[in-house]
Amino acid sequence: MEERIITCIVCPMGCRLNVEAENDKIGNISGNRCSRGKTYAAEECTAPKRMLTTTVRVSGGIHPFLPVKTERAIPKGLIRQCMEEIRSVQVSAPVKAGDIIVKNICGTGVDIIATRSIPCQN
Amino acid sequence: MLKVDLAVIGGGPAGLAAALEARKNGIENILIIEREKELGGILQQCIHNGFGLHYFGEELTGPEYAERFVEQVKKEGIAYKTSTMVLDIRPDRTITAVNSTDGLIKISAACIILAMGCRERTRGTLNIPGDRPAGIFTAGTAQRFVNMEGYMPGKKVVILGSGDIGLIMARRLTLEGAEVKMVCELLPYSGGLTRNIVQCLEDYNIPLRLSHTVVKIHGKDRLKGVTVAKVDSNRQPIKGTEEYVECDTLLLSVGLIPENELSRGAGIQIDPVTSGPVVDERMATSVEGIFACGNVVHVHDLVDNVTMESITAGRNAAKYILSCKDTRSVGRSIKTVPGHGVRYIVPQRISDLENIEELKLFFRTNDVYRNALVVVHFGQKTLYSAKRQKLAPGEMETVKLKSEALAELVCDTSCDELKVDIEL
Ligand SMILES: Cc1cc2nc3c(=O)[nH]c(=O)nc-3n(C[C@H](O)[C@H](O)[C@H](O)COP(=O)(O)OP(=O)(O)OC[C@H]3O[C@@H](n4cnc5c(N)ncnc54)[C@H](O)[C@@H]3O)c2cc1C
Ligand code: SF4
Repeated sequence: MEERIITCIVCPMGCRLNVEAENDKIGNISGNRCSRGKTYAAEECTAPKRMLTTTVRVSGGIHPFLPVKTERAIPKGLIRQCMEEIRSVQVSAPVKAGDIIVKNICGTGVDIIATRSIPCQN
Repeated sequence: MLKVDLAVIGGGPAGLAAALEARKNGIENILIIEREKELGGILQQCIHNGFGLHYFGEELTGPEYAERFVEQVKKEGIAYKTSTMVLDIRPDRTITAVNSTDGLIKISAACIILAMGCRERTRGTLNIPGDRPAGIFTAGTAQRFVNMEGYMPGKKVVILGSGDIGLIMARRLTLEGAEVKMVCELLPYSGGLTRNIVQCLEDYNIPLRLSHTVVKIHGKDRLKGVTVAKVDSNRQPIKGTEEYVECDTLLLSVGLIPENELSRGAGIQIDPVTSGPVVDERMATSVEGIFACGNVVHVHDLVDNVTMESITAGRNAAKYILSCKDTRSVGRSIKTVPGHGVRYIVPQRISDLENIEELKLFFRTNDVYRNALVVVHFGQKTLYSAKRQKLAPGEMETVKLKSEALAELVCDTSCDELKVDIEL
């Protein structure tokens, strides 16, 4: 078995994980401070995923831009494509945190949601 | 003159958590003063995720984290004034503030919590030779432009400094279509969180040039390029390693400085290493009835630590208001002393030994250490010793002393220094 050292990015602790792997088969994982680290390590070696955070234009609100995120992590390889799709979106105020801004982005089954509320200008 | 029991200066996560905790502990008449047009502090522009895993048990973005606290403050009916700038604080706890509706405001507070956060270091403090063209920004300013106002600072970017803000912006600008050519770091290691190096640089193949700095700036009206060079162990550029890099934007992510002009004005003792007020375990400063928490005390990398520290400040401020006992007259006090490998410790002193229930020491190391022991000495005794896989200046460390250790502090009156050492 091959040993890989990866850095867990699930939380800011940034634990260094030792992963034993052979092709797509994951063996023993150590170095994690919590169980989320194990899940991450197995995934990172087979199908890496990332959260995407960005902004979309909003009209009539107290700010011109609304911060958004993918509700869950999406395949790393689709980040650029998702950015393209999000770029064309525009919403109008009021927006509430948690509102769905784009449904099923790039066919990932994941929604893009608002991460803050933006009330109307007046 | 407006009279309040508690005035909180700054409406970022520190100020909000402190105000909420004071309310929970029975303080009614609270006023939060914030110079921006809304509450939430720097978190409003930190649209990336990674906040709150340790406090909320889930991963939030900056605005989400802020909104949770802002909502609670509104629900509790805690008063706040936004677009209001505090100009001066006197040791007798009178505050002068200004805004466009009330004009000049005078406030008399029984107790004050300082939560002004920090600001970014600018190019002026670094003195890079060369022209003075447009296109040079601090990373936080660029973050505000891109995330809140929606415009890009440039197309070809070099980032100087590998602090978290710089790393986050490297990814953000890349996703928005800019070409980030490299991140240069003067030191042989990065000052940012490991996960940001992985997620923001490695994911996008952005080179991290350790032991490199910008030695010259080119361009008359707009930046045209920079010269970077490798530095030796004394951080001096090495001749012959210069390289010209074409770029129209240079971002500076070269550190944060606690914002303490107001604290100095109030006569509060400042720690020259942290650039923040000297505080005790209750977050009380050297001036009676003035507490401090969050980035104004020392630069935090995790907002969860800011929240925890601010809860401590809020609770003790409430205690002070209800008891009217001078925060300074607490008998014997113990100094915390940075020993081998330690740059600073917060709190700098432990003063209310009678009432101490738990004690957390926050500290930063002065270098990267692997498989090292963190040891806390009290005179001849060892109160704590634990191994850490990795210690780095960019990552704040915590030591929590158990009740047996605290009992030692109280009982052994012959010693007045608590020392933290890194042992290899
Ligand atoms: C770019 C960046 C990325 C970060 N990334 C992460 C991360 O991924 N995960 C994480 O956990 N943490 C992260 N942090 C850290 C976290 O955001 C901060 O530690 C936290 O916001 C500090 O809170 P604070 O309340 O002390 O300061 P701030 O949020 O700065 O709030 C201080 C407030 O005081 C106000 N103020 C100052 N002076 C005055 C005055 N004279 N009168 C009135 N008001 C005043 C300011 O306007 C401001 O709103 C990041 C920070 C930055 C800057
Ligand atoms: S293993 Fe757990 S504690 Fe460590 S970085 Fe991953 S999520 Fe955080």
